[in-house]
Amino acid sequence: MINIDKNYDVIVVGGGHNGLVCATYLAKDGRKVLVVEANESLGGASATSEFADQFSVSSCAHWLFQLNPGVASDMGLSKQGLELAARDLNTIALAEDGNHLTIDGDKLEGADISEEDRKAFVAFNKQMLKFCKLLAGAFNRRAPKLVEGNLTDRVTLAKLGLGMKMLGKEDMSDLMRLALINIYDVMEENFDNELLKGAISLDSLLGSHMGPRSPNTVYGYLYRRMGDVFGYKGPAVVKGGMGAVGEAMASAARAKGVDIEVGAAVSKINIDVDRATGVTLADGRVVNASLVVSNADPKTTFNKLVGLSNIETGVARRVKTLRMKGDTAKLHIALDSLPGFTGLTEQQMGQRLVIAPTMNYIETAFNASKYGEYSKAPAMDISIPSIHDPSLAPDGKHVMSVIVQYAPYELEGGWNDQHKEAFKQLVINRIADYAPDLKDKIVASELLTPVDLEERFHTFGGHWHQGEISLDQILMMRPFPGASQYGTSVDGLFLCGAGNHPGGGVMGLAGHNAAKEIIKRGKSA
Amino acid sequence: MIPHDETMILETPFYSRCLAASEINLWEDWKGYRSPQAYTSVEQEYFAVRSNTGVFDISPMIKYRFTGPDAEAYLNRLVTRDISKLAVDRVAYTVWCDDNGQVMDDGTIFHLGENDYRLCAYARCLDWLMWSAEGFDVTIVDETADIAALAVQGPTSCSVFKNMGFTGIENLKPFGITRYPFEGSEVMISRTGFTGDLGYEIWVDPALAEIFWDKLFEAGKLWGIRAIGSAALDMLRTETGFLQAGVDFIPAEEAIRTGRSRSPFELGLGWLVSFDKPVFNGRKALLKEKKEGSRYAFVYLDVEGNKPAEHAFIYAGDKEVGTVTTAAWCPTAKTNVAFAQVDAKYGKVGQELVAEIYYERELKWTRVMAKCTVIEGAVFNPPRKRQTPAPDF
Repeated sequence: MINIDKNYDVIVVGGGHNGLVCATYLAKDGRKVLVVEANESLGGASATSEFADQFSVSSCAHWLFQLNPGVASDMGLSKQGLELAARDLNTIALAEDGNHLTIDGDKLEGADISEEDRKAFVAFNKQMLKFCKLLAGAFNRRAPKLVEGNLTDRVTLAKLGLGMKMLGKEDMSDLMRLALINIYDVMEENFDNELLKGAISLDSLLGSHMGPRSPNTVYGYLYRRMGDVFGYKGPAVVKGGMGAVGEAMASAARAKGVDIEVGAAVSKINIDVDRATGVTLADGRVVNASLVVSNADPKTTFNKLVGLSNIETGVARRVKTLRMKGDTAKLHIALDSLPGFTGLTEQQMGQRLVIAPTMNYIETAFNASKYGEYSKAPAMDISIPSIHDPSLAPDGKHVMSVIVQYAPYELEGGWNDQHKEAFKQLVINRIADYAPDLKDKIVASELLTPVDLEERFHTFGGHWHQGEISLDQILMMRPFPGASQYGTSVDGLFLCGAGNHPGGGVMGLAGHNAAKEIIKRGKSA
Repeated sequence: MIPHDETMILETPFYSRCLAASEINLWEDWKGYRSPQAYTSVEQEYFAVRSNTGVFDISPMIKYRFTGPDAEAYLNRLVTRDISKLAVDRVAYTVWCDDNGQVMDDGTIFHLGENDYRLCAYARCLDWLMWSAEGFDVTIVDETADIAALAVQGPTSCSVFKNMGFTGIENLKPFGITRYPFEGSEVMISRTGFTGDLGYEIWVDPALAEIFWDKLFEAGKLWGIRAIGSAALDMLRTETGFLQAGVDFIPAEEAIRTGRSRSPFELGLGWLVSFDKPVFNGRKALLKEKKEGSRYAFVYLDVEGNKPAEHAFIYAGDKEVGTVTTAAWCPTAKTNVAFAQVDAKYGKVGQELVAEIYYERELKWTRVMAKCTVIEGAVFNPPRKRQTPAPDF
């Protein structure tokens, strides 16, 4: 709750996971911190919601695979009740004939996988992890600026440079070559098996507006695999859904003295010429603080909360040109009982299931979205969390959560009920190609388009990562030059969301790094 | 619309009259328009403005119109001056900067009515203007081709207008705007110009351009009216201390090399920067510069001798400290003037410097090391420029 008499030092706008992480670190540093959240629940895109009577599901992100262990332990999340219902799950690339491919760490099973592919996969993983480790060195600190000769920045750059050199000649030239090409070409170089190539490609572009042949997908893949460096050997299912992550973080924040007000939307970040002075809430209340930290995405922060007319043209232009249009929908299905997927046991249905039979299948699905249409045969990432966590559904019943790629934010004709229903049926039909009795088991269903995600989670364009993760929008260019070290052109206004370095995913590092930067700047922040 | 798809070089609405007046056919390209460098001789045209009346076709000047509820707020964020203080029917000279506080251009803002403004600029900048419009309810129109304009400058210019029937024009104050009925339409007259003399600029529908020219020259016959070209104008503006974008500074968006752009303070235009208004482009950088000091100073130099110090290096003792951007022998002020960019610490009035001038006579190049002194400002600044009512010559 807000306690005006406290004279807050910091107001964090948005109680997403990064906002909560940032708030906790700042409170640990002795600052009086208030978090204001528009929704009733905390955690942002790490959320659980009841979408049908007694059926609950993670309503945005549905796997935990990137939460930084340093952040998790600093926050004491397990002490705050965060539990995993399952972890280190396999990924199963579905085939309509039931001859699926199971990816279990370095091991590949099924789909008539060849010995060459098995060997190549081990080598591929090894190299990718090498690259990930190198990048990880730059993830838990602010992105270096290139021009100013700051020592901290130089150390980060030197570490990156030295790290590249230490990769050895072959890997270094491979990294420089691969980073700029696309996952399609890399897959063609390495593997023969279509299901394998499709599944890896899907990982490289989930949540983005890219197809397998789009540049930046190799970086997208490395970003995805960052979880491996953090100790995940596959995705995990959180007990109680992803909302439990938010709840644990909120408890951790409160334990450090952070005040949290939910159901309080910020309508404006108050600025006195060029310094942030606090916020105005939708109900008219004004709360002052010497620092405002926005967990909202950069577009929402500047377009809506600050106002482009209150910043300089150059910054306004950068905000405007930031690429962040979501292309990903969520489908939630309440099931009377577990459906039968051709060729899968119940244990296997609890793994991560993907529908991405070939790279061309994904590319074709992507084509539609380029022209404002949804995919006629979309690619998918499916989770049936109730297999591991029965609390999500009534006894014997189940919930299915599906990430659907591609559903463009700007659909031709708009996301009206008719378009939504048609797309939902199309997705269900597509899953039913793999699980023939699915439709008989459906009790209720809910489709969240990028427009719905935008409305529910207040992220512009309904984009998962608060901004496309691509080479032009990472490191010192994330979210844009001039705001890449969490500070902005408005004195006293900082950013701490996924739109900042290192990026999205339920990772917590953007919030961590922002807090470190604010603490480092001390009184001058 | 500008019919650039039909012709490589455009003609202004006064072109037929300019062509008829041109005795030497000396033209140049001014932002895509055929514009006279000189009609007869440069000196004759220069003296027409200082002694009688000179007419310069300024139709090619880039003109933008801003309307809508946020027009004032928009311009106040765009430029460095406080536009909220500019009354209706008044004109203000200003510069505008990028986020780094580097000058993108200079120009004049005409306050035509409530939330109705015109900006006259050196360079086309619609792109920047549109980007700046994000977050504002403002409509921006490039009206360069929609308005015909003439500068009518010199001591007898007011008399010419009175003879033309513009009764009471003498009461128009410097930087004021007034309007007169003309041929069933209207002509707008502002007391503005680029010559530092008594003078006006007229703004009229292109359809009425030729008839306006004819009536103006008819009315001005006894007052020595004469069309002038850009070469004479360049002498005039030098004598009166006006900077020329693209000559005395490189517009920030055109500068390719780092460090080549300049801030308002570095152009001697600090008086145009108002920190007592809401956020504007360049504010943060300019505040910092004000606190920490500028890199360069813009200076007016009184150069010994009569050789124009064109492109001369400037020295303080043996040390090279700057270069000349504009130089001319000024006939009325009888002074050899130069504008120069020098290192900030050599910019104080009274500072003695040396200009290294090269000049050529019959294939022989000669170098002089001319002493020069930093002076206060314009060497030509007659009372008639400011007098209201304007004097009758």
